[in-house]
Amino acid sequence: MTTATFFTKWPAARGFAFVAVLLPFVVLSPLALLSGYGLDVITEIMIFAIVAVSLNLILGYGGMVSFGHAAFFGLGAYATVLISTRYDVSPWLGLAGGVATATVAAVVIGAFCVRLGGVGFFMMSLAFAQLLNSGAIKWRPLTGGSDGVGGLLRPDLFGFDLADADVMYLFTAACLAGALLFMRMVIASPFGHVLVGTRESSLRMQAIGYQTRHIRLAAFALSGAIAGLSGGVYAFYNGFVSPDALSFGTSGMILLMVILGGKGSLLGPVLGAGLFLSVKNVVSTHTSHWLLIVGCIFVACVMVCPEGILGFAKKLSRSGERR
Amino acid sequence: MLRLENVSKAFGSLVVSNAVTLDVTPGQRHTIIGPNGAGKTTLINQIGGQLSPDRGKIFLHGREITRLSAPLRAQAGLARTFQKNTLFQALSVFENVRLGAQAAHGRTYDMFRSWRNDTRVLGLAEQAIEQMNLGRIAAQPVGKLSYGDLRQVEVAVALATSPTVLLLDEPTSGLSPSETARMIDVLHALPREISILMIEHDMEVVFSIADHITVLYYGEVIASGAPRAVADDPRVQEVYLGAPQ
Amino acid sequence: MDLFLTQLLNGLVYGVLLFLVSAGLALIFGLLGIVNLAHGSFFMLGGFVALSVTAATGSFWLAMLLAPIPVMALAGLIEVAFLRRLYARSQLDQVLLTFGLSFILTDVTETIWGKGLSSLQEPRGLREGVEILGNVFPAYRLALLAFGFICAFAIWLVLERTRAGSMVRAGVDDARTAMGIGLNVPALRTATFAIGGGLAALAGVVAGPLLGVFSGIDVEVLIPAFIVVAIGGLGSLRGALIGSLVIGFADTLGKAYIPGVSMFLIYFAMIGILLVRPHGLFGQDPSGG
Repeated sequence: MTTATFFTKWPAARGFAFVAVLLPFVVLSPLALLSGYGLDVITEIMIFAIVAVSLNLILGYGGMVSFGHAAFFGLGAYATVLISTRYDVSPWLGLAGGVATATVAAVVIGAFCVRLGGVGFFMMSLAFAQLLNSGAIKWRPLTGGSDGVGGLLRPDLFGFDLADADVMYLFTAACLAGALLFMRMVIASPFGHVLVGTRESSLRMQAIGYQTRHIRLAAFALSGAIAGLSGGVYAFYNGFVSPDALSFGTSGMILLMVILGGKGSLLGPVLGAGLFLSVKNVVSTHTSHWLLIVGCIFVACVMVCPEGILGFAKKLSRSGERR
Repeated sequence: MLRLENVSKAFGSLVVSNAVTLDVTPGQRHTIIGPNGAGKTTLINQIGGQLSPDRGKIFLHGREITRLSAPLRAQAGLARTFQKNTLFQALSVFENVRLGAQAAHGRTYDMFRSWRNDTRVLGLAEQAIEQMNLGRIAAQPVGKLSYGDLRQVEVAVALATSPTVLLLDEPTSGLSPSETARMIDVLHALPREISILMIEHDMEVVFSIADHITVLYYGEVIASGAPRAVADDPRVQEVYLGAPQ
Repeated sequence: MDLFLTQLLNGLVYGVLLFLVSAGLALIFGLLGIVNLAHGSFFMLGGFVALSVTAATGSFWLAMLLAPIPVMALAGLIEVAFLRRLYARSQLDQVLLTFGLSFILTDVTETIWGKGLSSLQEPRGLREGVEILGNVFPAYRLALLAFGFICAFAIWLVLERTRAGSMVRAGVDDARTAMGIGLNVPALRTATFAIGGGLAALAGVVAGPLLGVFSGIDVEVLIPAFIVVAIGGLGSLRGALIGSLVIGFADTLGKAYIPGVSMFLIYFAMIGILLVRPHGLFGQDPSGG
């Protein structure tokens, strides 16, 4: 069997070889090509890619339209900063605390949200995120109010200082890779299939013996944990967090990233985050009409390619094959 | 196996189940018939746990399940089909059936292994596919199937959960004569470890499968017994002749 | 006692303003099935257009009359150009679209008028206080209260007593059947979205002297209006009225007497009611069960 027939026979192997060859280039080339600002932008993209990936689990696979995912991102960031600075412990402990806080919050908030479907879920998730946003603004002694809270210094990792932009970049890349590998595993697992089942037909799932609320809650908690991780890494990156991280607008942006790239596919959210933040960085240096551009991206995305860029590409390649 | 005692349910002033009592014995092929509006599907929904009765009790294997949720009833060995299509549209026939098998024999919360590794579940799914002769369409997405095929997939998904009691809501409605004949064959071939409670309109199907018939009329049981006896019952004849289908 | 009465009035006034916004939101959801995240933008636009009208003519009354008109036209245009193609699609798409539109409208508003934070002047003659039972109340708030209830009554009258209203109600109950019996549902939807937007704009005008006119008020109004609709029930006008009054009182009295927790009060109210009644106090279960 020649290499070519091996790859046509095993598309998965082809994909794997592709990734194995390209990955080192993809990860290392920004280090070589970019410095300072450029590297920071890519690091930020990867941080938001993680939270977009986490939302994709419940939105793309679980069919839960959350308009409050910033809650877990923001909680992760706040808890990381607060634990690290107030208690004078290692920021690594802060990061762990951030993930734990977001997870616990996701279990509690999820317990309310998963009882409702459709618009109810949407409203409930929005209400909780707004509640936390109000809390962050109001509880000044703890959170610093609308000014936010800062003072987090990036820690060392095995002797490498994360304060170095290269190290921070590699650390974030590792987190994103970890999140993606984990997601890939979950999607292909019995649980991943069950989750898709609840998206497709809750009634049927119950009739064949699945407790759909528990399944939805488990996915919601998992998603919250990963969003918390992303928030924690964001706290490392920025050293600072403000109520904006918990806001309505941030929830909407995360949602847009998932939809833009393509929900229900592993890499869609990463693509969406990359595209969105790249455009943002380019546009905001040239014009003050950033909001107008974002709005147009939203509208264009919904009107032209509601399945996202990956979905659009798939459709194109399928119609190409037919010809 | 399955026993209903005085099960009653009303929507407002409309009584849909009026003190329904019935017994499904092990291995029985029990069929519920009755004119439209007799409350047959509502009764199945109460047994399956999609609706809860206002009064009365439901027992499965001697254990009361009246207040149990639908998933817990399913886990206790009760499986059902639906008349309206509630299958997983985006998934293939095989995946639909596999989810059924996994519900009974798989690890729902296992996130760390591929579903391909669970050979027991895969085997059960394949078995159910074979039982229903669905091999030729196993890889097709359910959203693209014909109505006749959908009815078969309904039964396959229910069978994959290894039920002891199977509730069938009009399994042959909308099928062509040849599809109906196939469905009858398939139902005949099911092992007697499975008791069946079935709603059916088609009298040919009823008399070829049923060994016990219960007649429901405006939510009330007006006759119950062996097929011949029920067919000869004067009240049943009155209902069916007075209100032909 | 004096202070309490004033707070009560303020709560009522806030409730009335919320009703003007949430009535449209509720009807739009009922008839179009759309959660309109751009509804706050209509409110904001109303205020800004009124600023321009009063600057040009000096008349608040004229602003009240004229400002909702361009906003209505804009809303109608949005329905025809975008929403109309989304009815068959998922709620998610509709939410994203209206969210995107709210960004565009904010940017356009800021480009035309700047960020704002100016306030409209009350009309002459309503700037003084009015003495009732020994208490002095601001005349504008009293007038606003009366105006709000007149509007609520007018909306009710139109919905319950006119042919157009009964068509809207039929459409809310069951759009497919309504279309089946020959109602022009597409036109009804355009009209409902336009009128809903116009009501929000009108609220933006009359709220101008109290809340100010600035970019950012769209979200500040949208969130409580959402909560009102979630509490009252999606698609229910009666629910919107009662929900508005509940939130108006809860928020105003909460801010006055328990300032520490007032911000959370309305969210807790919403979460609590959604838990007990997932479709709100007067909402109908869309699945029909």
